[in-house]
Amino acid sequence: MDKTWNNKAWFMVLPVLVLVAFNAIIPLMTVVNYSVQETFGNNLFFFEGVKWFQEVLNSPRFHASLLRQVAFTGLILLIEVPLGVAVALAMPRSGPWVAVCLVLMSLPLLIPWNVVGAMWNIFALPDIGLLGYVINAMGISYNFTSQPLSAWFTVVLMDVWHWTSLVVLLAYAGLVSIPDAYYQAAKIDGASRWSVFRFIQLPKMKRVLTIAVLLRFMDSFMVYTEPFVLTGGGPGNATTFLSIDLVKAALGEFNLGIAAAMSIIYFLMTLLMSWLFYTLMTQSEAEG
Amino acid sequence: MTSVKEGLGDKRGDVLMREQTTPPAASNAAGLQSASVMSGRGREARFLWLVPTVYIIFLMLPIYWLLNMSFKTTNEILGGFSLWPRSFTVASYVEILTNPVWYNGYISSISYVFINTAISVSVALPAAYAFSRYRFLGDKHLFFWLLTNRMAPPAVFALPFYQLYSAINLFDTPWAVALAHCLFNIPLAVWILEGFMSGVPKEIDETAFIDGYSWPRFFVKIFMPLIASGIGVTAFFCFMFSWVELLLAKTLTSVAAKPIAAVMTRTASTSGYELGLLAAAGVLTIVPGAIVIWFVRNYIAKGFALGRV
Amino acid sequence: MDLSWMAWTWQTATFFGVILLLLVGMTVWEWASPGGAPRHGILGLDTTRGDRLFISLLGSAYIHLAWLGLVGPNLWWALALSIVYAIGVFRFV
Repeated sequence: MDKTWNNKAWFMVLPVLVLVAFNAIIPLMTVVNYSVQETFGNNLFFFEGVKWFQEVLNSPRFHASLLRQVAFTGLILLIEVPLGVAVALAMPRSGPWVAVCLVLMSLPLLIPWNVVGAMWNIFALPDIGLLGYVINAMGISYNFTSQPLSAWFTVVLMDVWHWTSLVVLLAYAGLVSIPDAYYQAAKIDGASRWSVFRFIQLPKMKRVLTIAVLLRFMDSFMVYTEPFVLTGGGPGNATTFLSIDLVKAALGEFNLGIAAAMSIIYFLMTLLMSWLFYTLMTQSEAEG
Repeated sequence: MTSVKEGLGDKRGDVLMREQTTPPAASNAAGLQSASVMSGRGREARFLWLVPTVYIIFLMLPIYWLLNMSFKTTNEILGGFSLWPRSFTVASYVEILTNPVWYNGYISSISYVFINTAISVSVALPAAYAFSRYRFLGDKHLFFWLLTNRMAPPAVFALPFYQLYSAINLFDTPWAVALAHCLFNIPLAVWILEGFMSGVPKEIDETAFIDGYSWPRFFVKIFMPLIASGIGVTAFFCFMFSWVELLLAKTLTSVAAKPIAAVMTRTASTSGYELGLLAAAGVLTIVPGAIVIWFVRNYIAKGFALGRV
Repeated sequence: MDLSWMAWTWQTATFFGVILLLLVGMTVWEWASPGGAPRHGILGLDTTRGDRLFISLLGSAYIHLAWLGLVGPNLWWALALSIVYAIGVFRFV
């Protein structure tokens, strides 16, 4: 669409700009200010230069939570994306069941995040939870509050439960936008199931799948509430991801300087990823 | 701007998608036929319904367990494992609906969610129009900057938010949470609305202006009805993300405006192990979402794709 | 309104001042020669000068962090490196 050049459009954007800037820029400036100072409370600050940044960058604790974060994000992407595409492919394309499927699948997305954590806590309790009880009954020792492996399994399964539907919905929307004529042509050509997927369905899903992967990437990178309610970051520090570590440092230990320096490093990482996301999306849109 | 310059092909796909999802009856025969092609031939196709069914059962199990717990007495819960409530009780629900600590939590959650949705949608409407119709100095970078706020981790902002909203005397009011949630809901609203608006041909605007409509009158009388479904979906998404977020809501409230989700976490930790109450409160937080979702079921994917399916 | 909680220092104020000046400078530049000088750079991306500024700033932040983490707290070298990098970005990307 050709757009007219009109700088007065700034006035239409102004309210958005003011509200978001108020919420984004003032806190960000404050975080930057905290990150170079030491405080003992009562708004007394002492300039420390880049000490906190150096400390965070060389702290094994930060490296460990960053590593856990990357592992978690990688793992859930590897599970959720193929699973989501598979479910979307198997869904009926029309008929009364479509609406039922869509509504039931969207349900987990609408549950407050701490309720998701609390629900999975109840669900996975080894003695009275369905999941914990069944796994233990199968003879596998399982307790997410004391075994790191169980805790990881539960956190990952919870995220799969919570967010795979997002991938399903997006992939499905891409699938139903394929005109029937494509399939009929493929049928006449005697195309195999695989080549229908590879040459018709996958290209059509490419754009929505990019969005799905990147949304899941970003959202899992800042995950906080669900694992915090489920495991509290434990046992030990086994499920302490970046956000959990950050909140622990800021509100738990009141270590403002460290928390602020961590925030900025964290923010720079998300900024880089947002930029990659945006560039990927706009360039693929430009290609059509 | 490239991001909104949806090619003609995309738009055609868009229309097709809506035609195929909204009135399922219309293209039923063609749909069924292609479904069998799409999903492979012969015997394989007959068992295909198993995949979504198993997946949905997996989704429903934890929810069922929550329901199950909410109808049990505390004694039964602590007494051991059982697949369904033996001594069925609604005592937990009665407690929540009659105890002001609990139902005030719901009232404050709902009030900040509504304030936030109203603010986000109303300021995002003109902005999205500007992005979809005009080019202006720095538009691309502004759009990108909005996106970064959708992607920024709330944990980064928690502490300065507490101080900012204390400084302007809004701490512990629904307004604080409503304004803070604008951080990610306004960018989201602008994105989704922009996607919907770019699907409306520009000729409509031009014709209206030639007919002598002023911009505000054109926008309210002609343009808004055209993107009514987009506005509905946007409102739904703002509602949803404000409803599910807890970190900021908890940081910005202490007593008076405590959201229901925070009341739950506190009950779980202070008044012993009242799982039944916790489960019932959880069930009640699912209800609003489950009600509204029915109305937007055909558009929910488009919303998640930020208006770009 | 009490703003002491924001804990300003002259160093951070200078930092934000420089960023603000850069943005103002870019606006003036854009006004003087509109269009943003778009081109297809060596990364295979279509960039305007605003994009190039963003890539320079973000890259500089990472250069500073890397220097701090790998070498030491003397950041003047990192700053010099960042300026070389920014010139490179404006020239080639």
